[in-house]
Order: sequence, then C-alpha cells, then structure tokens
Amino acid sequence: MILHELLSFELLRVIWWVLLGVLLIGFALTDGFDLGVGALLPFVGKTDAERRVAINTVGPVWEGNQVWFILGGGAIFAAWPPLYAVSFSGFYLAMFAVLAALILRPVGFKYRSKRESHAWRNGWDWALFVGGAVPALIFGVAMGNVLQGVPFHLTDDLMPMYDGAFWWKFITLLNPFALLAGVVSLSMLVMHGGAWLTLKTEGPVQMRARTIGSVAGIVALVSYALAGVWLAFGIQGYALVGTVVTDGPSNPLMSDVVRTGSWLTAYAVRPWIIIAPLMGFAGIVLATLGLRAGREVSTLLFSKLGIFGVISSVGLTMFPFILPSSKMPNASLTVWDSSSSHLTLFVMLICALIFMPMILAYTAWVYKVLWGKVTEADVTENSDSVY
Amino acid sequence: MELDIVELSRLQFAMTAMYHFLFVPLTLGLSILVAIMETVYVMTGRPIWRQMTKFWGTLFGINFVLGVATGITMEFQFGMNWSYYSHYVGDIFGAPLAIEGLMAFFMEATFVGLFFFGWEKLSRTAHLVVTWLVAIGSNFSALWILIANGWMQNPVGAEFNPLSMRMEMTSFFDVMFNEVAQAKFVHTVSAGYVTASVFVLGVSAWYMLRGQHFELARRSIAVAAAFGLASAFSVVILGDESGYNATHSQKMKLAAIEGMWETQPAPAEFTLLGIPDQAARETHYAVHVPYVMGLIGTRSLTTEIPGINDLVAQAETRVRSGIVAYDALMQIREAKGNVSDEVKTTFEDHSKDLGFAFLLKRYVDDPRLATEEQIVKASNDTVPTVWPLFWSFRLMVALGFSFIAVLGYFFVVANWKGMQFPRWALRLGVAIIPAPWIAAELGWFTAEFGRQPWTVDGVLPTAMSVSHLSVADLAITLAGFVAFYTVLFIIEMGLMIKYIKKGPYMDVAETEEWQRKHELRLQSSGQPAPMPAE
Repeated sequence: MILHELLSFELLRVIWWVLLGVLLIGFALTDGFDLGVGALLPFVGKTDAERRVAINTVGPVWEGNQVWFILGGGAIFAAWPPLYAVSFSGFYLAMFAVLAALILRPVGFKYRSKRESHAWRNGWDWALFVGGAVPALIFGVAMGNVLQGVPFHLTDDLMPMYDGAFWWKFITLLNPFALLAGVVSLSMLVMHGGAWLTLKTEGPVQMRARTIGSVAGIVALVSYALAGVWLAFGIQGYALVGTVVTDGPSNPLMSDVVRTGSWLTAYAVRPWIIIAPLMGFAGIVLATLGLRAGREVSTLLFSKLGIFGVISSVGLTMFPFILPSSKMPNASLTVWDSSSSHLTLFVMLICALIFMPMILAYTAWVYKVLWGKVTEADVTENSDSVY
Repeated sequence: MELDIVELSRLQFAMTAMYHFLFVPLTLGLSILVAIMETVYVMTGRPIWRQMTKFWGTLFGINFVLGVATGITMEFQFGMNWSYYSHYVGDIFGAPLAIEGLMAFFMEATFVGLFFFGWEKLSRTAHLVVTWLVAIGSNFSALWILIANGWMQNPVGAEFNPLSMRMEMTSFFDVMFNEVAQAKFVHTVSAGYVTASVFVLGVSAWYMLRGQHFELARRSIAVAAAFGLASAFSVVILGDESGYNATHSQKMKLAAIEGMWETQPAPAEFTLLGIPDQAARETHYAVHVPYVMGLIGTRSLTTEIPGINDLVAQAETRVRSGIVAYDALMQIREAKGNVSDEVKTTFEDHSKDLGFAFLLKRYVDDPRLATEEQIVKASNDTVPTVWPLFWSFRLMVALGFSFIAVLGYFFVVANWKGMQFPRWALRLGVAIIPAPWIAAELGWFTAEFGRQPWTVDGVLPTAMSVSHLSVADLAITLAGFVAFYTVLFIIEMGLMIKYIKKGPYMDVAETEEWQRKHELRLQSSGQPAPMPAE
C-alpha cells in the first residue's frame, strides 16, 4: 500500500496525538458526569426514590459513555503501543483498582433495583460511589505522576522494567503532587456530575447537586491553580536535546532527553497554548456560578469547557512528551518515538474519519431522544424497566 | 509446576478470558433472537411477541452487563500483564481492537440504553431498528476480536522492523481477510447462536414442565429450535474449515489435537479415541478411522499431514536459522541500521525464524551462546501438552453433534408434531442448558492452549511476552479477580434465576392497558403521537 505516503509520518503522529487528547476529553466529558453522579449518589439522594432518579439520569447513557474509555484503551494500544505497554503495566495495581471500580459500576447500575431489599440497594449505592469516585481520583493521580516522570526504564530489547517492591511502587504513586492532581480531577468531575444532575432532575436532588457541585467547583479551581504554581516552581521539566528526528522508527532509546528547567517554559516557546489553562479556569468559574444561580444547559456546557481546558493544558504543556521516565530520561516516550508505524497510523486515521462522525451523530440522536428531566413519577411508573 | 510470573500471567489471562466468555455467547445469540422476536411483533402487532421481546430482553440485559464489565479487563490486560507482547505486536494487534470500539462496541453500547429505556420514547419501528443495531453491534464486535485473535494464530500481513524491535503491519487487508480469522468468526458467532437457542429452548421447556407461560414458551421454542439448528450446522461446518486452515497455518496444533506423532502416508487415519503419552511420543489404545484425518485436514487423498516428530525436526532447523537472524539483528541494532547490505540480506533471509531463537531465551540470555542441548530443548518446547488438547477437542466435537440432534428433534416436533413434547424431551431440554457453554470454553481452550508455546504463532514465545511484574503483584490481582468474579457470578446467577422464575411481568390485558395510558400521555404532552413502541 502506497496510499499512506500521502500524509507524512510526522503529521500522522501529531494527528494521533491530538486524537489521543480527543478521546481522553471525550471520555471525561461524557463518562465524566457518570462518574460524578456516582460519587454524588449517596449525598444527593436521601430516599430510595431520589437515588433512583439520580441513577436513571445516567441509566440509558452510561454504557455508551464508558466506551470512550474502552476505545481510549484500544486507540492507545493501536496508535501508541509503547505507551500502552509501559503505562498499563507500570501503574499495575492502580489499573487493577480502576478496573475493579469500573466493573462494579455497570453491575451496580443494572442490578441495584432488581431486588427490593434495603441492604441490597444501599450496598450497591456505595458500590456506585466507589465506582465513580475511585477512577475519578486515580485518573488525576496518574496525570500527576506523568508530569513528574514515571520510574521505568527500557532494556535494549525495549522491554519495560520497573524497580522496587510492588507496594513501594504503589505507595510512591500516591505522592503529594499526584494527590493534588487527583483532587483536581475528582472535584472537577463531581462538579460536572452536579451540572448534569441540575439539568436532568428537579426538587431536592437538584438542590443538593447544585450545592455540592458548586463547592466541588471551588475546590477544583483552587487545586488547579495550586497545581499550576507547584508545576512552575517545584517540578523539573523534560526536554529533547540534539537533532530531533520526527519521522524515525518508534524507538524511544534513539533520542536524548535531559531534565531541565520547568515544564512551563513551553508557554514561552508556544505562547498561544495559554488559551488552554484560561479555558480551564473560565469554564470552572462559570460552571460554579451557574450551579449557584441554577442555570441548567449553560452550566453543563461551561463545565465541559473547563474540563476541556484542564486536560488539554496538561497535554499541550508536555508536548512532545507523552510519558517521561524519571529513572532513565532517554527512555521517555514522546510523540516522535512511541507511535505505531506509518501504515498503521494511516489505516487507523481512515477508520476514525469514517466512524467518529457516525458515533457523534448517533450519540447526539440518543441524547435528543432522552432529553428532559427524570422525575420520581417516571421511576415509580416504570419500576420494572428502569434502573 | 513452579508458579512464576509467566505461569501466573497465563493463569490470570485464561481465567479472566474464560469468565468473560461465559457471557459473550449468550449476548451474541440472544441479541439476535430478541431482535427476531421484536421483528415479528412489529410485523404482526400481536402483544405476545412484545411480551417475549421484553422478557428475553430482561435476561439479555442481566447477562449483557457482565459481558461488558468483564470485557474491560480483557482490553486492559494486554498492557497490564503482557507489556512486551503489547510493544512487540501492538502495531498490528491493537488496530482491530480499536476498530472494534469504533465500529461495533460504540454502537452496541449506545443503543442498548435505548433498548431498555426507549420503549416509551420511540415509535415501534424506531425501537426495532435500535434492537437490531444492538444485535449487529455485538456481532461486529466479535468479528474484530476474532481478527485480532486470528492474527495470533496466523500472523499474516506483518514483518519485523529491527530498528523499532517489533512487528509492523505491511498489509491491513491481509490482516483483515486472514482466512483463519474469518473461519473462526463464523464458527464463534454460530456457537453463540447455539448457546442462546439452547438457553431459550431450555428455559421454555422448563416453563412447559411447570405448566406456566405456555404461549410464550411454545413460540420461543419454535424460534429457538429453527435458529439453533441452522446455527449448529454452521458451527460444525466452520469448525471443519478451521481444521482445514490449521493444516497449513498451525500444523503443530493440528498434530497435537490428533495425537499424531509420526507422519502417516496419505490419506491419514483419524484417531477417534486413545491415551496420548507425551513422554513415549505415542498414543496408546488408539482407535483409528481410516482416511478421515486426511480428508478433513487436506481435502485430498494424496497430501500428507506431518506428525509431531517431523515438526520438531523442522523446528530445530528454524531455531538454528533464528540464531543467524538474531546475530544479524544485534549488528543492525548496534550500528543503528548503518550496516552492510550483506548483513541486511542475511537478516531478511532469516528474520521469519527470529521467534524460534527467542525460544532459547528461557535457557540462555544470548541465543547465540546456546548449546546443542539447549537447541534440542527449545525445539521440543514447540510441542504443546498433547492430552488436554486431544480430549477437549473430542468432547467439544461430540457436544457439537449432540446439539444438532437435540435442536433437530425439537425443530421437527415443533413444526410437524404440534408441539407435543414428551416430558423426557422437555427435561432433556432443561438439562442441556449448560452444555453449549462447556463446548465453547473447550473450543477456546483447544485454540489457545494449542497455540503454546507461542502468543503469536512462530513469532513471539509466551514466556517472553509478559510484563516484568513481581509475583506479589500477580498474586494480589489473581486473588482479587477470583474473589470479585466469584461474587459477581453468584449475584448474576441469583438474578437470572429470580427473573426466570418471575416470568414475563405483564400479561396481555396489562399490556393493552399500558398501551392505552401511553397514548394518552403522548397526546397530553402535546406532541404528535408516534406509533407507540408497545
């Protein structure tokens, strides 16, 4: 096949770096509010009927939303195999915790209301809480670790290796900066879940969601700002040195990397990227104000803007790094040395161009069909068919 | 057996994959059966078919959710436990997994919510379309997963790149239209259809035995028996196609399944039963059927099928050739590609055997330093353990034929004997409910255990594919999965049984009442009333 030569390897790598961001953001925007609703569930619903209302706002859509996550995993595997190999095995026990939480969640949604018992339902409500809060926290913790660099190295055969005992690897993931990043992501997604519940519910559930959501918004704002300051003064960045080959074979060991200065020098080199953190701040502030004022549609949109800004600010700040290694900087994974082959990136791009518009179209249609508030009457009248 | 990270990783993968496949076949088949029932409902407008759709749809939902949940484990486990595999073949193997998400899983998961929640919000036809999209999405998922798996059995359309130290794709079309993958796809989804048909038939038979829900049970048996019988034929025919493909792509697997130690003059005889003895390289007390193996494996009377001993001899040649490739690879890598054409040619001539040199890595770090004894050992390692393959394959085939018999019987009685099932037949229908699951798991076991010692046949040994985790890491997750999955299984079975006992929750009069209220609601909301889905 010659067709793939139409697009240069370098361009395809940049496109797939953008698409990686699109998938992560798509996941955070859609499944993010499911996770937020899960984390809010025991607090916004005091009675069984109220909790069922909250669950049924996401009931018909969480399954599709979660595919953003699964597709994210698949796309990283297909487009960035070294990233998939190093990060999934490097964060092994954290990944297992995410998996366990994400398995609990579908089961919780589906099975919770299938029995009458109070203990059964209450138990699943807390399972849904764990299934929402734990992944939301861990995704931030992972981002926090990536910004600091992860202690892996590569052998000459490009086999990823990690040092230290298993518990030590797990404990060191939970360092202060990473935990702060975890707070950013958890509070942001709780805010997002609050915005979703404001749109989809009414009465006491909506009131509580607005209150908790706006507090979460303030926490997100403060912790995001703190993380920015910490990143500016407390954490060394990474830089490629020597000739940078952008279309060479995907072998991370062929480039030279040093730790130098701060990540935020990126803002001197590419000043336009300041738009990302600005969107992050603006979105969070406006969503928080919207939650206080009780605006519905615009609040959800601002919340999305905030999430979009925060996640893209991390990616843009680190570019071209994707997963730096603190143990062996030369092994750091960058956009230029950890992608799939030219042909695979091209084939996958064609597939994405065919299917992404279809996915967006039918997802939009499903949300349109389901538009409107979920009420206690809806739940009690259709008790057998809803969650 | 010493439990090192390789064994533990294999155990965990086998366990989570086989657990995942408890739910997948029912999803594949039941989605289609439910869509067929709803189609009849939309075409005839008779409430009984809506009742059937909703009843089997509820059971579908309870099962579906665990299929989805345990599928996440599969998607992530390659990176978590098989990181070298992910690096080494991700360029090819990752693509079908991502396409599965883009093309199939997104569709299936987005519409499944509307299947359950959309009854009141959609017209009849729109809801039917949604149901079919769920069914089609599920089945397309299976296609891409089996393209990925088929590539592990028959790695076409890829070559090794010494500079990135991995396999890279050379032809996406070869990967997609891999003959092994296509045959496996139809074989696997057909097995799913049989599973769901036997399930629907068995549950309906149980209702008949108890004198309950006769109208639902009778129609369900009619649909399940017809669909199941056609699928049961398809499973056997495509299973045979897979065997035929294995004759050229995976000779060792085929020989091991047959317990065929020596190459026989064509056409080879089929060993019906026997006791394979790995140490003596002999199958004791073998019962042979002349010609059959040659006909199945080669579809000719003159082509030979090589036996295990000859294949080991061939493997030894390939190990030696692999060492030459490995030596050239080291030179290319050290010089970052700037080597003489002679070295490049040497590498290209031998690179297809590179994986065989990696078999030596179990015994020696640098395959170039391997002793004669180690080369012999590595060659012998290419033989999978024969007896489990020999027996699981035979049991699977026997079950496959028994499904044709049972479903055929029910099909005949349902269509020409006025549904007059004797009680023994209904009891048999209930008793065989678990059998398709057993057959499906045996099938996966045969396919994947028979691929050993490779993760990707002839390319990458299993022992080299794992992540460098600690035994403690694996012990924690393995124990976690066992505990977690056991609890989920008990909960799932409990709910299945509860909802089967409960039966369809609306009778015909209630359905009509519901329909009347639904129309009123639509009118009062001021919207133009669509045809209600109910």
